[in-house]
Amino acid sequence: MKENLKVVGHNAVRLDILEKVTGTSEYTDDIPFGPNLLHMAVLGSPYAHAEIISIDTTEAKKLPGVKAVITGEDYPEKFGLYLKDKSIFPVDRVRQVGEQVAGVIAVSYEIAKAAVKLIKVEYKELPVILDPYDSVKEGAVLIHPDLGNYEIEPWLEAQPGTNIGHLRRIRKGDIEKGFAEAEYIVEGEYHIPHVAHTCIETHISVSKFSLDGRLTMWNSTQSPHTQRHIMAQSLGMAHKDIRVIAPPIGGGFGGKAGISMEVMAAAGAKSCPGHPVKLRWTREEEFYNSSQRTGLRNKVKIGFRKNGKIIAFKHEMFWDVGASAEYGSNVVNATGFSATGPYYIPNVYIDSHACYTNNPTCSAYRGFGYSEFSFGIESTMDKAARIMGIDAVELRRINAIKEGEGVAYDVPMNPNGLVECIDKVAEEIGWGIEEKSDDSNKIIAKGFASVWKAPAMPANESSSAFIKFSEDGSINILVSGMDLGQGFITAMAKIAAEVLGLTLDKVRVELPDTDRNPYEWQTVASHVTWSCGNAVKRAAIDAKSKILDTVQRAHFIDKSQLYLEDNGVKCTTQDSFFIPFSDFVINGIQTEHNTWVGGPILGSGMFMPEYTNAMVDPDTGLGGNPMVHYTVGAGAVTVEIDKETGRMKVLKMAEAFDLGKAINPDLSKDQIVGGFVQGLGTALWEECIFDEKGRMLNDGFTDYKIPTIVDVPRDMNPILVEVPQPDGPYGARGHSEHTMIPVMPAVANAVANGLGVRISDVPVTSEKVAMRMNDPKYREEM
Amino acid sequence: MNHILKFNLNGDPVEVTVKSNEKLLDVLRDKLGAVSVKFGCGVAECGACTVLIDGLSVRSCITFAVEVEGKNVVTLEGLQADGPTKIQKAFIKHNAFQCGFCAPGFIVSATELISKNPSPSEEEMRHALAGNLCRCTGYQNIVNAMNEVAEDNRKGDK
Ligand code: FES
Ligand code: FES
Repeated sequence: MKENLKVVGHNAVRLDILEKVTGTSEYTDDIPFGPNLLHMAVLGSPYAHAEIISIDTTEAKKLPGVKAVITGEDYPEKFGLYLKDKSIFPVDRVRQVGEQVAGVIAVSYEIAKAAVKLIKVEYKELPVILDPYDSVKEGAVLIHPDLGNYEIEPWLEAQPGTNIGHLRRIRKGDIEKGFAEAEYIVEGEYHIPHVAHTCIETHISVSKFSLDGRLTMWNSTQSPHTQRHIMAQSLGMAHKDIRVIAPPIGGGFGGKAGISMEVMAAAGAKSCPGHPVKLRWTREEEFYNSSQRTGLRNKVKIGFRKNGKIIAFKHEMFWDVGASAEYGSNVVNATGFSATGPYYIPNVYIDSHACYTNNPTCSAYRGFGYSEFSFGIESTMDKAARIMGIDAVELRRINAIKEGEGVAYDVPMNPNGLVECIDKVAEEIGWGIEEKSDDSNKIIAKGFASVWKAPAMPANESSSAFIKFSEDGSINILVSGMDLGQGFITAMAKIAAEVLGLTLDKVRVELPDTDRNPYEWQTVASHVTWSCGNAVKRAAIDAKSKILDTVQRAHFIDKSQLYLEDNGVKCTTQDSFFIPFSDFVINGIQTEHNTWVGGPILGSGMFMPEYTNAMVDPDTGLGGNPMVHYTVGAGAVTVEIDKETGRMKVLKMAEAFDLGKAINPDLSKDQIVGGFVQGLGTALWEECIFDEKGRMLNDGFTDYKIPTIVDVPRDMNPILVEVPQPDGPYGARGHSEHTMIPVMPAVANAVANGLGVRISDVPVTSEKVAMRMNDPKYREEM
Repeated sequence: MNHILKFNLNGDPVEVTVKSNEKLLDVLRDKLGAVSVKFGCGVAECGACTVLIDGLSVRSCITFAVEVEGKNVVTLEGLQADGPTKIQKAFIKHNAFQCGFCAPGFIVSATELISKNPSPSEEEMRHALAGNLCRCTGYQNIVNAMNEVAEDNRKGDK
């Protein structure tokens, strides 16, 4: 199927670049709300786990300029995306440092802050759990004693009476028999700490509750419709009366998916009707109170036949989801189904536990758990390759899953170009070619990893789109996917332009406003190019059919002879026939009798996968079809390592992903580079460090280091592979999150290849490399 | 204590009442409408709030507003009075930003660099921009755009 595409697949400058580069993008905090604006500040708990005995707000309420002080007594509702275990403000206990126990709304932020200091809270400290292994120990204090009473999605398996918010099991084949038949069994135990999204724009919500009972919110968010739904449920309001507007967003990475602090802003607004109320996180609050990436302790055990084929695979994962599993439970679920990596394996045993701890709450983070579990798998694969004497890249080729082979939950794998990705990365990085540093104190080593990821979504997630033409033949596309910087609006514009024969300068895509734009589940899971792209394509096809109808009726030319090109309608049988859209898409076409045919052209489209099924057997994870498809890829790094200090410099990277079809190849490559660098931060430096009381010791950019422009490799090589996704728009599937996943294991594998030291706990810091280099405990035979 | 502060903002004289402890960032954003200047951390760690004071780049989040009395303050709004600059055009051509939140700070820092050193080497340029954090892009397109500006200026010198 060779389509002659005019827009899709060609490069273009992103449609919103001018507004970004001129500083005219109006982010939430840039919108003027006038002198009526109130400011909100919150009081965070100093304890990681404590009972709330009493809260005294008397003094705070007396401070001049304070409009309201609110606590869990006013807003006791529980909320959450998948598991309603989170409080707007807690009534009985706090479960992490920084958990908000009260909010003050005042005429200025300074007054609100001053009033917060006047609130007196009496706590009774409870034992603190900071490690997922401690969370599941017999007799551990229960962080959510009411777990059994929370509202929960039917496909989640909470374990009341324990600290496990969800348990996903996979039992495919016969694991005992598999290991019995294995000639080699290789194991490893790994640890991934919490890391933070660190969007440069912190979370912000401005909420206004009008006196007529309407709630309007301007939120920095990936999830306007989901937020509206959760607000409607937790405030007992009609959806139509809530309007969520999503202005441009200064980074998301999953941290602004679902809902977090926005509920507090809404509660604040409800307490001060008629005023817009602004709640903006400080950088410290951003670290504590938005969400972090799930931590993980995991054990990987892989059984191989002599020829390198994996025959049995056991993976036990203990996720540190923090104080709430409202969103993290789905990280645990998705990874429970997928934590084999992109390999065909006949016998699989996976346990994925969502362990409550008193660390900050974790939710979605670019990669959705796949970065964390892939570190252990890809490290173990390299170890195994060394033991078996098989080249590490070859071992991945041998096991690469092919179309039609059963994934862990035994549903056939989608078409994919994994081997092509592996080959291209190996070639670009010069796999097998030894490189030497000019400095005799330094060695140069390479590391490799191959990965996959599926969008993690409820089985019936959906997208929808409207397209409306204007007099001049230009269109506005109304969708509620969010452009997080990944290029969503450019992709949607190109898909519509392709169907409608439009040039890109005729297309505008606006950011979400739930009053104006139709439904989208959320912009997460790297799924909007696929899901919303399908909706836009259908809306464009709908508009096209109305255009053709109009022309057929006015000109008596059969539709089958008409096509759209160059911003108008052409005819296959009459070369000279051309009607520009601007002639008729609003006012119609005049007939010889001076009557009119047609009218304003509108298109609508929606998409929902109709083949997914999340209701699996809880004991085996089988019997359903929980994922829509997997995107596969591979990555490799060349690292220079100082043999004395352990100092590492990543000189080169190559990453290839099979994105089905690149709607905009340049922007897809930008996703690979950006995701790689974000991954590099987590591989080398990033880690939220807590003291024994659960207080974060590095809640600022000085101590929590993210990559700067001097830290990145000088040689970065993004590679696109295109094996079409059968149900994707023009064959496209997502790949933005995936780009982070290979980095941690590739770096650790490079260190093991270069120095023979296996670092099983990220970040792979220079200090760890230097300290462990000569320690036999960390030795991996070379 | 309140002060009546007078300075030039983007070429125009402004007069504004500020408290002694008010930060320039907040005054620019909340009282003077210069919202290209962003809050990212408030403690001089991210560069999103970068402005030029008498031609030198400064983190406005840790600068007291009263310190700019009588000075020339330039934000991104003021750099493009005659349309996008050469640096901005290069950033556009190279799709240099994703979410764009860091862009104003980068453009101001880059402007200072190019005004002092019109054709920096790539490493000089990277070091000059090291105080501006970007979480989205991996910096490669920013580097490509800046290399193009430097190269073009080098040619222009000949
Ligand atoms: S806000 Fe000033 S440096 Fe971050
Ligand atoms: S483009 Fe998002 S922070 Fe730079």
